[in-house]
Amino acid sequence: MHSKHLRTLTLATLVTLIGGLALAAFVAPMDADQGVIQKIFYLHVPMAIVALGGFIYGGICGAMYLRTGKPSWDLRSYCALHHALILALGVLITGAIWGKASWGQWWVWDEPTLVAFLIIFLLYVTYSPLRFAIEDRERQARYASVFAVVAAVFVPLNFMAVRMATSLIHPRTFDSSDNLPGSMALAFLVCTIGMTFLFLTLVQYEMAQKNTTFQLRALRRRLGDDVVIGRSAAPDLSGEQP
Amino acid sequence: MLGTVAALIGKDLSLERRVPQMVPAMALFSLSTFVVFHFALQRDAVAGALAAGVFTATLIFAAMLGIGRLFVAEHEDGGFDGFLLAPVDRTALLVAKATVLFLFLVLVQLVALPAFALLLLDPSLNGTRILDAVIVLLLVDAGIAVIGALVGALAIQTRARDLLVPLIALPLLLPIVIGCSESLAAVFAAGSADPLPGRWLMTIGLYDLVFALLAFALFDYLVED
Repeated sequence: MHSKHLRTLTLATLVTLIGGLALAAFVAPMDADQGVIQKIFYLHVPMAIVALGGFIYGGICGAMYLRTGKPSWDLRSYCALHHALILALGVLITGAIWGKASWGQWWVWDEPTLVAFLIIFLLYVTYSPLRFAIEDRERQARYASVFAVVAAVFVPLNFMAVRMATSLIHPRTFDSSDNLPGSMALAFLVCTIGMTFLFLTLVQYEMAQKNTTFQLRALRRRLGDDVVIGRSAAPDLSGEQP
Repeated sequence: MLGTVAALIGKDLSLERRVPQMVPAMALFSLSTFVVFHFALQRDAVAGALAAGVFTATLIFAAMLGIGRLFVAEHEDGGFDGFLLAPVDRTALLVAKATVLFLFLVLVQLVALPAFALLLLDPSLNGTRILDAVIVLLLVDAGIAVIGALVGALAIQTRARDLLVPLIALPLLLPIVIGCSESLAAVFAAGSADPLPGRWLMTIGLYDLVFALLAFALFDYLVED
């Protein structure tokens, strides 16, 4: 059911992501000030943008679940937050590498974007343990959705609060994008699109995998198999779908 | 709705009066934490930003104890079932619990702030700045109360309640931590006549408001079934 759609998305991801990284590596000029380490910018910033977008998207899906009660929204929210969290970990690691290279330290507390990101990461890490700690599936979905909505509102507020508290030494991507040379801006744009596609593809793959598992479970149940499902943080829709 | 809220608050207050649990525990915890800070920092006295940090950290960690216990009576003694059977607005429970937590935090600070001034703060809190400290702490308590009621309700139905409360509440409270220590630093600074940083008070107030609205919108989903 999903395969055709998934293939297109996968191809688009491969083309844009590889194209964007190639543009960043070979076409965009070397930064006069920072040298080769500046190239991590093409990975770090798109990941950060997509991770934050993914957190917000997960919150919107959570709100949709609370409104409609359709378990597929909860599944979507779960998958989105799952992959956004992985990207966020990538952001923290690439940010630390960048910091080490350009400021000489792995971690700089003066740097509001990185600190705010760490706080958000620490909050979202508790999403899976929260789900895992609730056995009843319906309640698990409901509570996880409440968490997703609260956390999504927290994301921008936290950025504002942390930015107020610290001096600004982080390069402002959007403030400075006007004076980016054309090829740099193009590489950055293509990388961001590629990263967005990567996120969407991974979410689609996980959802397809989960849906297949649910269908398989439902079929085995129909055959009279005794399907035992352990406690899990993942949603279970096998009772819902034919 | 107001009648329901008043009844729920009255219930929690009389529970606490008959068998004092949360307030003495939080107050004692605060005092022990001051002692811990004395030895951990190896300082006899603190001032300014350091003092604000010590007090804020103590306040937040003491609040964790309260948040974790906030819904225990409802959960363990069937209070949730009784409440759900009653034909009342569910949001009343949120308003009541947030108010109770707020009152408990104020009571704890009535002990903790003088104790802090006596034990660690140097120079001791100047009379004219007490009002400033009270303003900051009331705003901070309101934020902790709202977020605490939301997180407490979220965590109470889970198996790992004691683990989840601090893990979820601490990141959510961080903007309040920042505002509290920034504002208290002006209050605790030696011989300082700096006015309270108005933008931080506004930030805390705005944050309280946003979370109050959010909790109001979402609380119903946490007390279903």
